[in-house]
Amino acid sequence: MFERIRSDFWYELVNSPVTVVSAIIIAVMIIGCTFAPVFAPHTPFDPATISIMDNNMPPAWADGADPRFLLGTDLQGRDVLSAMLYGGRISLLVGIGAVALSVVIGMTVGLLAGYFGGMTDAVLMRIAEIQFAFPPILIALLFNGILKASLPADVFAQAAVPIMILAIGLAGWVQFARIVRASAMVQRGQDYVTACHAIGLPTPTIILRHITPNILGPVLVLAMLQIAVAIVTEATLSFLGLGTPLTQPSLGALIQIGSQYLFSGIWWVVIFPGIMLLVMVVAFNLVADWVRDYLNPRLR
Amino acid sequence: MFFLLARLVQATVVMLCVALVGFLVFQFVGDPVLSLVGQETSVEDREALRESLGLNDPILLQYARYVVNAVQGDFGISYSFNRDVSEMIADRLPATIELVMLSGVLSLLLAIPAGIYTGIRRKGGIAQTIMALSVIGVSIPSFLLGILLILVFSVWLNWLPSFGRGDVAVMFGMRSSLFTWDGLSHALMPAAVLCLFQLGVILRLIRAEMLEVLRTDYIRFAWARGLPGQRVYFRHALKNTLVPVVTAIGLQLSSLFAFSIITERVFQWPGMGSLLLHAIGQSDIPLLAAYLIFVGLVFTISNLVVDAIYVLIDPRIRHGAL
Repeated sequence: MFERIRSDFWYELVNSPVTVVSAIIIAVMIIGCTFAPVFAPHTPFDPATISIMDNNMPPAWADGADPRFLLGTDLQGRDVLSAMLYGGRISLLVGIGAVALSVVIGMTVGLLAGYFGGMTDAVLMRIAEIQFAFPPILIALLFNGILKASLPADVFAQAAVPIMILAIGLAGWVQFARIVRASAMVQRGQDYVTACHAIGLPTPTIILRHITPNILGPVLVLAMLQIAVAIVTEATLSFLGLGTPLTQPSLGALIQIGSQYLFSGIWWVVIFPGIMLLVMVVAFNLVADWVRDYLNPRLR
Repeated sequence: MFFLLARLVQATVVMLCVALVGFLVFQFVGDPVLSLVGQETSVEDREALRESLGLNDPILLQYARYVVNAVQGDFGISYSFNRDVSEMIADRLPATIELVMLSGVLSLLLAIPAGIYTGIRRKGGIAQTIMALSVIGVSIPSFLLGILLILVFSVWLNWLPSFGRGDVAVMFGMRSSLFTWDGLSHALMPAAVLCLFQLGVILRLIRAEMLEVLRTDYIRFAWARGLPGQRVYFRHALKNTLVPVVTAIGLQLSSLFAFSIITERVFQWPGMGSLLLHAIGQSDIPLLAAYLIFVGLVFTISNLVVDAIYVLIDPRIRHGAL
């Protein structure tokens, strides 16, 4: 894959300001959220540092605001900006973790099915086809819902992040399996694979060292698109109360908390996490679109 | 015919798998005896109840019994409502169906013309605007869109009601809130939210298919023959975009069911989705299992219908060439 980063990479990138801006936004969000304890002005989920006296402060530019809280505070006096940084960390962690799991499962299934063909292919792809008929968000929702209904509440709350990574990752592998299988079938017929056989390389080496690097391009594009989907799925599950616990809210859970106070005019608790979620998702989508066009020069 | 038969067999296998998941949830989550009796019941009585419920039978026999009961529409009694589960689903189903139908019709009515238009005039200003809007439509999480609509139209402008189903009227033997103005005003925002995501997806698909077909040789030949644009676009091009579009619409219609869970939560619409979330919150296993099987059935049937439509519109499948 790496030899495909051609000399025109930076030229193409600079010619697409939208992509540059999106990539910068993603980088800023990843750095800001990963080091949330460093950047956040407050520690919103430590009861010792929040004061109920600071509750429902509007953003800094509105009347009656406190300059300590740039984007205002929520009902319990937590700083909205800090909560967003901590929440974004969970959203990004689940989004990227779930896609990593999908990639691992999908590539394994796709390579096995595409390389070996025959019965292996028929059985694996039939399973994939059945799962493909159900929307991933529904699978993740039911998986999480069944676990939530069957595990004790405190156990579920503790394991919420790994459970969500598992649920969303298991719901999303089929698309990876399909594109990897299609590419693997093409690669299998190439001369270099025959050459590998001729010099007596073992099959696992051929698949991992020689075929895999040639199919990473489309996987990369799909992975970027799927991160956006996984972040939305995580936010949705948390919004429905099936995801992160309220003591450790992700962006979706923050929006859910805020949505309960819409009618009291406290709009900032909903709007700012909502904007952050939307910007994050759109940025990932735009970068993925650009990478796809870049790797597929016919579309230019 | 063989094609459809194979699909029917596959659908049956899928339903048996879904029923197995439902059954396993039943089997391993909680103890049905515990949820039926109180503290003071003796161990012998419990054992007797266990025996009479057939819980000591071999697991395969229990599964077979579960499937037979499910086929007859018997999913047991809800733990939290103490009512027949199938009755509760029948109660809630109309609300979800009217929401899904309304938004499905809305999205098709808007997406098909817009998709064709953006496919034909892809460099035009209007087409570019539609495409930019569709990126946002696909990106924005539906719960967020719902909350924003409530904030603008209910809280700030006070134009539309933000929750519930409104007045319900009976017409043509059906009870629906779509037959009253009040009900329609309640349904407008949820239907718009549910429709927007599908709208973006179907629009982009139709546009992509149109672009693909318009590049083919037979379309060039049609232009060379001097046919009028209308005839080329609608008689020659549109027809061949239909196959993938029909699959997508089938899949999208069933994913409307999935997304209605979210919309119903945002707008507190009393449908199946609200029921599912309640069941999860209360660990109401019979209700949860029944929902699982019901949704599996909806999906399997809609896929079968899509396959049947394939046979109708694509002669290659009918003649076994594919």
